[in-house]
Amino acid sequence: MRIGIDVGGTNTDAVLLDGSVVLGETKAATTADVTGGIVSALEGLQRACPFDPGSVRAVMIGTTHFVNAIVEASRLAPTAAVRLGLPATAALPPLVGWPSRLVEAINGTAYLCHGGHEFDGRLISPLDRGELLRAAEDMTRLGIRSVAISAVFSPVNNELEQEVAALFQEQMPGVHVSMSHEIGRMGLLERENATIINAALRELAEQVCTGLAGTLRGLGLQAPLYLSQNDGTLMDADHAREYPVATFASGPANSMRGAAFLSGLDTCAVVDVGGTTTDVGILQSGFPREATSEVRIGGVRTNFRMPDVLSVGIGGGSRIRPDGGGDGVPLTVGPDSVGYRLRTEALVFGGSTLTATDLAVAAGQAGVGDPALVTHLDRAMVRAGLGRIAADVAAVVDRMRTSPAPLPVVLVGGGTILLPAELDGASKVFRPKHFAVANAIGAAIAQVGGEVDRIFAVSPGRRDQVLDAARQEATDRAIAAGATPGSVAIVDVEEIPIAYLPGNATRIRVRAVGDLSTDGRAAP
Amino acid sequence: MTFELTVGDLDDLVRGAALLGTGGGGDPQIGRTLVAEALGETGTITVLDPDDLGPGDFVIPTALMGAPSVLVERLPRGSEPVDALRALESFAGRPATATMPIESGGINSTIPLFVAARTGMPVVDADGMGRAFPELQMETFAVYGVTGSPLAIADERGHTAIISTGGDNKKMETWARALTIRMGGVGYIAEYGMDGDAVRRTAIPRTLSLALLLGRTIRGAREAHRDPVDALSEALASTLYERGEVIFTGKVVDVDRRTAGGFTRGTARIADFGAGSHCVIDFQNEYLIARVDGVTRVLVPDLITILHLETGEPITAESLRFGQRVRVFAISTPAMMRTPEALAVFGPAAFGLAEGFVPFERLATRAGESHV
Repeated sequence: MRIGIDVGGTNTDAVLLDGSVVLGETKAATTADVTGGIVSALEGLQRACPFDPGSVRAVMIGTTHFVNAIVEASRLAPTAAVRLGLPATAALPPLVGWPSRLVEAINGTAYLCHGGHEFDGRLISPLDRGELLRAAEDMTRLGIRSVAISAVFSPVNNELEQEVAALFQEQMPGVHVSMSHEIGRMGLLERENATIINAALRELAEQVCTGLAGTLRGLGLQAPLYLSQNDGTLMDADHAREYPVATFASGPANSMRGAAFLSGLDTCAVVDVGGTTTDVGILQSGFPREATSEVRIGGVRTNFRMPDVLSVGIGGGSRIRPDGGGDGVPLTVGPDSVGYRLRTEALVFGGSTLTATDLAVAAGQAGVGDPALVTHLDRAMVRAGLGRIAADVAAVVDRMRTSPAPLPVVLVGGGTILLPAELDGASKVFRPKHFAVANAIGAAIAQVGGEVDRIFAVSPGRRDQVLDAARQEATDRAIAAGATPGSVAIVDVEEIPIAYLPGNATRIRVRAVGDLSTDGRAAP
Repeated sequence: MTFELTVGDLDDLVRGAALLGTGGGGDPQIGRTLVAEALGETGTITVLDPDDLGPGDFVIPTALMGAPSVLVERLPRGSEPVDALRALESFAGRPATATMPIESGGINSTIPLFVAARTGMPVVDADGMGRAFPELQMETFAVYGVTGSPLAIADERGHTAIISTGGDNKKMETWARALTIRMGGVGYIAEYGMDGDAVRRTAIPRTLSLALLLGRTIRGAREAHRDPVDALSEALASTLYERGEVIFTGKVVDVDRRTAGGFTRGTARIADFGAGSHCVIDFQNEYLIARVDGVTRVLVPDLITILHLETGEPITAESLRFGQRVRVFAISTPAMMRTPEALAVFGPAAFGLAEGFVPFERLATRAGESHV
């Protein structure tokens, strides 16, 4: 059996799965310390379907806690960024373009030092030990507790980052070190930004992961603990202590994968209808399609792997204005919402605000609140409002679609009562069982992945061998991360030749994924 | 018209520059950040109308050359383009009164702005490509009689070299390319020094303000929920570029990219939504030729751009990928880039294409007739 937990901003959901069977589900309020909400949810789960904690083989948690810490600029450690690249790169030092609020919150300090590689492996300049020792001394004096190290072309050669990390750990006992080649891909500024964010979260990750492990043991759960990553794959809790940044976008990823699991589809559009917004994503071969444009977190430019999600301001709490803005403007839906006050403000709950939920109840699509309170609504208006909602959601699905063929659509989240049994452009609409806890299910059934993203010298006639080597390396990485060897498949191969350079220098990116091994072996 | 460029203009400018990059030219985002940092919150850059250049003006264009995908790692120290400019001034024995882009498409629209922000000198609102091209001799400056040489090239250590190849601009390109590779894949250059009259005679005027206009147009259309390509076509009508037209809409179904001769060459195939029609685009860093069902529709130096279907954001050849929903948008190149002497330098034959240049608006008519 596996337990999946989703720690959201409002609710903490938990599910118990046996193979592909959902044995039980529960919801509890999220608490500030994270663990309190998890304890309540797990106790609720135990009541809903009593289980033997000893037979649980894995606990998977998806959480927005770390991304929220960055967005709120709170609970962050004093952090320094050390970049190896002089004399190049000085025009844009670390922390360039960061919001000052966030820089202040981490006591952000930046050091530009010598080092770094050329694309072909030559050194830009050798490390300057004296310079690095002075930086370590300065950081100690400033009370820096976490350091982000980035070097030019470290995805091609990571030796310098390793060497400097060892030096700082020796000079600054107990300091946390994050190295950019382990965090991000090509693109120095974006990779460095992700590394600094990771560094700033290390202490919080330490606390949360320790707290979670203790909490689970306290409840008699001995199973290994995993956290969901941005791409829907998993990492074990020890890994999460070191790489909290990799959990950033796990919310949408989990809802999409949960939807795939519940519906049995691996290529579909997933429509997650909440109280305020509807988020639409696309699943391709069981994994969320990634965003290609830049992703900003708390105002910081990054190149995280993030699901490509499009949101529209339609949810169960959306305000309905039958006369639009007046002056003969037709009916409008949202984008403002009564949000968490739905249960006091909506008409069906005795409130005075006409919401999308009221229309669904009036049309007999949902049994929420008191239907008698909405019988007076004009039938034509109700039809028009629900028609508008369905059309707007269908339009978002259409924008996300990259194939001319209609896609199946899977509806999840509490707000799906707003939507009809058919949508324009959808080959079929699925509203699977357990749709309200799709995120927690997504956490429970996540897979593990491995990626290679590097520049290779591809000599003529050797392209196949080079690609095979890259595929093997990605596969090995997936297995090292805990995948069952036989289940690993390559899901993406991308080649980008580097313009203007000789030697057929080519950036090759390969991703492999597989099922999590549940033979009791904790992933390394 | 001479105007002051502010930090607030940069996002629109680089969006327009990416469009003029016609698939190549490098993503100008890094250039945007460089200029923004050099300018600070309140700084401005004087963008000088070519008509405001006087007889005493000496303009030295500045640029970077090399691999855009190396640049994203190996950021500049910040001194390089100014070092190149100073080295050329010193070699010429004459200080520059302004700098100018050699290429208005891609990141090279921003390098002279960075130089201007660092030195306080103005930037001339003009360039020598009117778009992006992969090689240094592909300049209207060269076509109409200005030599690129002497060229100064600088690295991040303050090292500089002067390349003097007389009137042989192609040789200048070859030598500068070799040095760039030894410098780590990106080098910073100053070349095509000329006086104000030569700028007016040989440059494509007002291409920085054009980039700004086009970037603003795409954003404005999006904010107004208008179709960005309609807005672009309207905006182009009042410029030297005159025409913009969607020639194909569909989904990218194949991208075959390879490195050959030091360039990214390849073919992108786009399928329409259902009717079985295909658009095939060949590229050498920049998009060169677009064919629809075997019929040529746009040829270099006319601009072929690929835009995200929904947002109108330009997509570079390096970021084209399977599944993107796009529109192929053609832009007619200015008349001074369609003359026989211009086509000899950057027409289809310069890229090894067998077809002679035909303006895309005439190709469109022919394609229409062939369907009748």
